[in-house]
Amino acid sequence: MSTDTLSNHGDHAHEHDHHDAAGTKVFGFWVYLMSDLIIFGSLFATYAVLLRGTADGPTPADIVDLPLILISTFLLLVSSFTYGMAVLAMNADQVNKVKAWLAVTFLLGAGFIGLELYEFHHLIHLGFGPDRSAFLSAFFTLVGTHGLHVTFGLIWILVMLVQLQKKGLTDMTRPRIMCLSLFWHFLDIVWICVFSFVYLMGAL
Amino acid sequence: MFGKLSLEAIPTHDPIIMTTITGIVLGGLALVAAITYFKKWGYLWNEWVTSVDHKKLGIMYFIVALVMLLRGFADAIMMRSQLAMASAGAEGFLPPSHYDQIFTAHGVIMIFFVAMPMVIGLMNLVVPLQIGARDVAFPFLNNLSFWLFAAGVILVNVSLFAGEFAKTGWLAYAPLSGLDYSPGVGVDYWIWALQISGIGTTLTGINFFVTILKMRTKGMTLFRMPIFTWTSLCANVLIIASFPILTATIALLTLDRYLGMNFFTTDLGGNMMMYVNLIWAWGHPEVYILILPAFGVFSEVIATFARKRLFGYGTMVWATVAITVLSFIVWLHHFFTMGAGANVNAFFGIMTMIIAIPTGVKIFNWLFTMYRGRIEFTSPVLWTLGFIITFSLGGMTGVMLSIPAANFVLHNSLFVIAHFHNVIIGGVVFGMLAGLTYWFPKAFGFTLNEKWGKRSFWCWLVGFYVAFVPLYVLSFFGAVRRMQSYDNGDWQPLMIVAWVGALIIAAGIACTLIQFYVSIRDRKQNQDVTGDPWDARTLEWATSSPAPFYNFAHLPDINGIDDYWAKKENNGGKPPLSEGPYQDIHMPKNTWEGPVLGGLSTAFGFALVWHIWWLAIVSGIGMFVVFLARVFREDVDYYVPAAEVERIEREHRQRVERDVQPSSSYASQAGGQA
Repeated sequence: MSTDTLSNHGDHAHEHDHHDAAGTKVFGFWVYLMSDLIIFGSLFATYAVLLRGTADGPTPADIVDLPLILISTFLLLVSSFTYGMAVLAMNADQVNKVKAWLAVTFLLGAGFIGLELYEFHHLIHLGFGPDRSAFLSAFFTLVGTHGLHVTFGLIWILVMLVQLQKKGLTDMTRPRIMCLSLFWHFLDIVWICVFSFVYLMGAL
Repeated sequence: MFGKLSLEAIPTHDPIIMTTITGIVLGGLALVAAITYFKKWGYLWNEWVTSVDHKKLGIMYFIVALVMLLRGFADAIMMRSQLAMASAGAEGFLPPSHYDQIFTAHGVIMIFFVAMPMVIGLMNLVVPLQIGARDVAFPFLNNLSFWLFAAGVILVNVSLFAGEFAKTGWLAYAPLSGLDYSPGVGVDYWIWALQISGIGTTLTGINFFVTILKMRTKGMTLFRMPIFTWTSLCANVLIIASFPILTATIALLTLDRYLGMNFFTTDLGGNMMMYVNLIWAWGHPEVYILILPAFGVFSEVIATFARKRLFGYGTMVWATVAITVLSFIVWLHHFFTMGAGANVNAFFGIMTMIIAIPTGVKIFNWLFTMYRGRIEFTSPVLWTLGFIITFSLGGMTGVMLSIPAANFVLHNSLFVIAHFHNVIIGGVVFGMLAGLTYWFPKAFGFTLNEKWGKRSFWCWLVGFYVAFVPLYVLSFFGAVRRMQSYDNGDWQPLMIVAWVGALIIAAGIACTLIQFYVSIRDRKQNQDVTGDPWDARTLEWATSSPAPFYNFAHLPDINGIDDYWAKKENNGGKPPLSEGPYQDIHMPKNTWEGPVLGGLSTAFGFALVWHIWWLAIVSGIGMFVVFLARVFREDVDYYVPAAEVERIEREHRQRVERDVQPSSSYASQAGGQA
């Protein structure tokens, strides 16, 4: 488990009646992710309710571009793998490898966001913007909320690259890399659901 | 430059609002002048504003809550006065557009900015002490949560000065809250005040959940935790699971209003019923977030003052857990009449009735705790007794409302108003005032005046019945909620009775304020020297009052429920004092980032309300920069030297040995019982 790897490193000088701070941070982050998941749950429910509210506009089948989504899905899935490599490098105390893998992850994530922006721009250009119908409102909001999260993750990766450059692998940066790892994999799982419910089922 | 904001936004035409504004401005200026005159700005900033001490944050939550109680109550007394006058064609003194803002503001303020901060304030003050921790899991986030909450408070109050507040009712049902029917800034104030403070609440929920699960002292297993901590744990689970739904719902309404989307609109496929479902999927757990900690307070109070271990600890815990789970599957009972169909209504009706069972278990546990106890009729006990009776009645009217067929008659009538004030005043308010009296010495080192506390209780109790029983009666004559005037002159006598009830409650609030004044004046006589003024049972009383900033010199070792009581019995009835040698204590440093983020989010919310886009961008970037500053800061903690701990503990020991006579109450009582 993540917490075990973390507690191996650390200043044991003041261990007496002091809690495992890194473990608490990672646990707290897990709880945050669960609450974030409920936001996504609400948006999925909203999407399901409004699926038929197309107001004579486009239906899901009209707007889904499966080949494009397949590419962006692979970009995100591979980025999860590369993030895993970064964590392995961290456990081996190889800070340069961590930075390299984080950089690769950033590029893949940025590619994903680029494709999403292209998709949104294309739809709006066709007149299928989020104000066209309730279905499109729900579509843009669900997919866009995931995209916003990924964007935030990209900013976080940049911040971590700066911190690793300045401080290296410390008690401060290690738990953060673990939390960002959880965040990144979490977004991958949410994307699997978006991909299945919105795009695959929409294409039917 | 200023978006939609102009001088016309100030409601100069309304003498009531202008008088209030003048009063607030003059009062604010006097406060600023006083702080400057006494040179207290540095003290305020260093000791309070930037503090990460959970006890100080708890006190600040409570102070804000009490101030907002006055604001919310002013709304209440205006509504009652209006309805006492506006009978049989009379218009009263509040035009509909103002009256609608008042009942909306009253509900929003009382729930979000009075009840919630009281509950969260008590959790802050008490939970870390009860589990033997030195602070919460994430002290910076705790400070940030408070300032995000404060940002919400400021936005609600600014709506009085500039523009208007929502006229939609406290939950801003769509499509009324949509742009078509509410084009003004009122709903936008509602949106940003709740969104910002709601994020703070979610952070609090995560923080306390992790604190309770990860920071308990040695031997404090889950089933040895005090009941207040258990109820707080469950309330925090509810916060974590329900507040994200509120965040999402408000975000969707925001998108409808700001980007022209169609989630809840009447055309283009929108579904307004979904708003009602979403908002109550949060809203029903919310009422249990408020009431569960109140249940916890009553459990602590009754066990302490009956001098008995709480009857049925295990059933109390499981009843709390059962309510936590059930609270998520009853939300539809808020809108039985909206056509979900007989089977759906039957399911939610039955689920609602089932909640009465674990609640009944709790009532019996409290009664059996009192049975053959040596009850001391202090004001917290009076609040508890008042609660048991009043809340049981409110629970019964709740079960009446849960019958879908009856609900079709009672829906939207004053019966609903009377019911939820019955449970919120009788449950949450009584609970929080009991908790305030009970834990006040732990926060400030002296007890509150009992005489004025009891007067406050009797005014609240009598005032509640005089104010709300007439509403039950009126509802059977067809009186509906949210009406600014009524044609049927026969209702007026009961409306006047209800107005008198509100005046009696006002007297109760005045008694509380006098109680503070008298208690502070007599603080030398009421000093709590031992740290355990009530001869109580749980760990928060094992340290001095006010508790030192590190809470415990040594983290205590726990062997069972009410371990502190057992330790006193083994020590001849006296609280054991801490002994050296002491060690350095690891503590978090203060944070300037929390209050600054709160200030920037206030500006951010205000900018979005008025469409001042440049200010929204500037404050948004500002928040990001401040957050980065926090992220890069490394000196976030420090060590209190052992010598400093020893000095503080020695002073406490000397005070106890000097001031406590052998015949003091706790020694004789506990000794007699042993």
